[in-house]
Amino acid sequence: MSGQTVPADFSGHMLDLDEDEDLEVFSKNTSLADGSPMPNSPSSMVNQYRLEEDEEEQQDANAKDIFVTVDNPESHVTAIETFIMYRVLTKTTRSEFDSSEYEVRRRYQDFLWLRSRLEENHPTLIVHPLPEKFVMKGMVERFNDDFIETRRRALHRFLNKISEHPILSCSQHFRVFLTAQELTSHKKQGPGFLSRMGETVRAVANSVRGLRSRPEEFTTMQEYVEDFSNKVCSVDKVTQRIIKEQREYLDEMRQYGPTYTQWAGSEEELAEPLKGVAGCVERCSKETEEQIHHLSEVLVPALHEYVLCAETLKAVMRRRDNIQAEFEAKNEALASRKVDQEALQEEVDALADRVELANNALKGDWSRWQSSMRTDLRSAFISTAEKNVEYYEKCLAVWESFLLSQRAEPSEQRDGEERLIPVMVGHHTSRHCDPNDQTYECLHNLHVHGQKFPLDSSSCCSSCCSSETLPLLWMENRMVAPSLMIVR
Amino acid sequence: MRMRPESPTSSGEKKMAEDVKDESVATDSELLAADGSQNTAVEEEGGCTLLRRMEICVAEAEKRSGKNAVNMQETFTVYLIETRPMDAVAEGRNPAPDSLWRRYSEFELLRSYLIVTYPYIVVPPLPEKRAEFVWHKLSADNMDPDFVERRRVGLENFLIRVASHLVLSNDKILYHFLTEEHGWREVVYETGFQAKADSRLRALSATFRVRNTDKRFMDMKHYSDELQSHTSQLLRARARVADRLYGVFKVHGNYGRVFSEWSAIEKEMGDGLQSAGHHMDAYAASIDDILEEEEHYADQLKEYLFYAEALRAVCRKHELTQFELEMASQDLISKKHQREELATGIVRTFSFKGMTNKLFGQEAPEQREARLKLLEELITEGEDAVKEKTAECEEHVERAWVDMERFEEQKDKDLREALINYAVMQISMCKKGIQVWSNAKECFLKM
Repeated sequence: MSGQTVPADFSGHMLDLDEDEDLEVFSKNTSLADGSPMPNSPSSMVNQYRLEEDEEEQQDANAKDIFVTVDNPESHVTAIETFIMYRVLTKTTRSEFDSSEYEVRRRYQDFLWLRSRLEENHPTLIVHPLPEKFVMKGMVERFNDDFIETRRRALHRFLNKISEHPILSCSQHFRVFLTAQELTSHKKQGPGFLSRMGETVRAVANSVRGLRSRPEEFTTMQEYVEDFSNKVCSVDKVTQRIIKEQREYLDEMRQYGPTYTQWAGSEEELAEPLKGVAGCVERCSKETEEQIHHLSEVLVPALHEYVLCAETLKAVMRRRDNIQAEFEAKNEALASRKVDQEALQEEVDALADRVELANNALKGDWSRWQSSMRTDLRSAFISTAEKNVEYYEKCLAVWESFLLSQRAEPSEQRDGEERLIPVMVGHHTSRHCDPNDQTYECLHNLHVHGQKFPLDSSSCCSSCCSSETLPLLWMENRMVAPSLMIVR
Repeated sequence: MRMRPESPTSSGEKKMAEDVKDESVATDSELLAADGSQNTAVEEEGGCTLLRRMEICVAEAEKRSGKNAVNMQETFTVYLIETRPMDAVAEGRNPAPDSLWRRYSEFELLRSYLIVTYPYIVVPPLPEKRAEFVWHKLSADNMDPDFVERRRVGLENFLIRVASHLVLSNDKILYHFLTEEHGWREVVYETGFQAKADSRLRALSATFRVRNTDKRFMDMKHYSDELQSHTSQLLRARARVADRLYGVFKVHGNYGRVFSEWSAIEKEMGDGLQSAGHHMDAYAASIDDILEEEEHYADQLKEYLFYAEALRAVCRKHELTQFELEMASQDLISKKHQREELATGIVRTFSFKGMTNKLFGQEAPEQREARLKLLEELITEGEDAVKEKTAECEEHVERAWVDMERFEEQKDKDLREALINYAVMQISMCKKGIQVWSNAKECFLKM
């Protein structure tokens, strides 16, 4: 939300647990233009000048004034249940915090509580989702290590997303969550169960009525949310499928390599190259394993988060619609002239304000969210692509070293031709080599045409090696080891 | 280029072509001296082979229809064999090649003939009749164009191997096969080779009952079993890996589709997503070529899988000749005992005649004389048989050992090259992967 800043005087609202507390905060926020002095810590002042606080690159250490980590999961056993407690560490320079460091222990339920309070207080802000409550199907034990670690990371991200949000990070509930040693007393306060029920009933009633006229931009938003949800779910599914296929590929590779070793057992001359190939297959298998691991650790969680985000967005859109519907209902009642006009008028005005605030909040948060989504997914995809490049580079090196080892056998027939030329091949077009060398073969499609051509020719075999298929690998006689290193 | 350079023999063939200038070239007259009857291989000094004189290739494949032996309509594939005199090629003239069409069954007939006629040679195998070690996408259909193409290459490889073999290349039937389209079958049958073929039962019996086999041959037989077992295991595992790899690549194609759809709803991210999607499509498509190439590697291994069978056949022939020798010797010994028995009256071993003699009295001297005379004849025959069998056995051992050593050298060289080729293919695949994902990364950066 551009231009949003830390509210002026927060302390007065600390104990004000009225549902509308944050709306008051909003209405006070005319700050930026008049440049009213902020009583907050100097570092947080930087926030107000941050026009676009979405790009992670723009957030250097100075701008961030609160650091939260979630770690150290520990099992807690009571008579009734077993659950995991996570350590939540906070380091901050914000003045509304009494101290600069806090350490508390929280369980998943506590996170749920925090999130639901945040959503209640800011119904049309986009609150980052939590990892799912229930275990994925197929898992036997609820608390296996992978599950806990995945959840821990997601909880960590959740708190960080909240702390990066200009409005949510100022929430009193957030502060309480981070600082209070004992959360139970705080949990009991706040709108009761019944009032929440009432709200839900009203919401359902309103949605049944339908909206009169939703502003166009929110209709567009709604459509986008639907589409986005579909797309990100699809990408998530595709990614899961890729992991599955990769795992099966890995299993077969692990059976394949040993067939070479077994064969080597009955050979003499051939034993050495056979074992060489077996070794290569094994090493490539390890790289495959790492690549799968990376996918699971980086891309899958990121996609999954945004699958959940899509659901959050849908809920936000619904809540906004409900707020509007509530207003419309009361407004219509007013127009029917059947009831006490004065009292109703006040109520209608308040509801109208509420609608406007809700819409503005959403609009503001929307672009922030989009930016954040772009950044997060972009970086996850980039990381995946980088890892895949690295995977292929490593496998390439493995097979090249095998060729090197084969070349080391003195070829009696060829004399005088053999020379190992250190050739560096980069993946961006340039290739450097010793200009004194003679002819080379393009490795690219060696078995289709073993033609030789001078090194400085720009098109070696135009039929197969267009500029797109770089890097070209130059070798002197097919048997000789090619490049010695790959340069980024 | 008609011949695939990765075919293991190609480098050998090129080498021999180069050596042509140095070596004396056998004249055609030598080949044509025979009057059409079967000839035996002549090992010449300097090792001239048919391939030196003649460029051979299997250029094309075509579908034909015709009536088969039981008068039913069938579709089959024929292969075009082209030959050109090597000296014309060397001189740079480019005469039109002589050509004829042969179908797979004729190749099989040729090979059967060679196996029977040269039982001491490890006869090169034919490409497989039916597609085996198929991974899921690859068709097991004999009419599939990829299969036909690979078979064409395999048949060419077979001809080149045979024509470059010191012994096999001189065979008249081979020459006929390459040069005369019609009536070849009849000529082959006329050689009567089928009658010379060893019966399976005899061969099997020999394997179990033979006593003194050459250890080298037994080791070689054992090796052939291992070779067969290991290569088939490898091929099976490779096919499964190929199947899985295919799956991995193809699923990435889904990224292409989804990214494209997703890009339509995004503003800033749209371009990056869209172009990344294209790269994912390219990645998914690239596996087809990659695996097609790998099939050639599989074919190289398959050749040696089938070679193992040929190697074993040579070893079995040794067992058979040795067994026949032992039988002949045994027979001779028993006849000599009988003679001794008759001559001296001493019964060495229990015999029916001996029993009846005891029971019913000895036979008359004239009868005894007749029988002795018969025995002497049989013994002489037996001695000749033993001599013959001994010679046969020794000759087989000698010649076979030479060829088995040649085979071993060829196998080591060819398979090492095949492994290197495989590494080259893997490198090529890795480079493609690096390319695609680097491009994808560039696109993601633009998001």
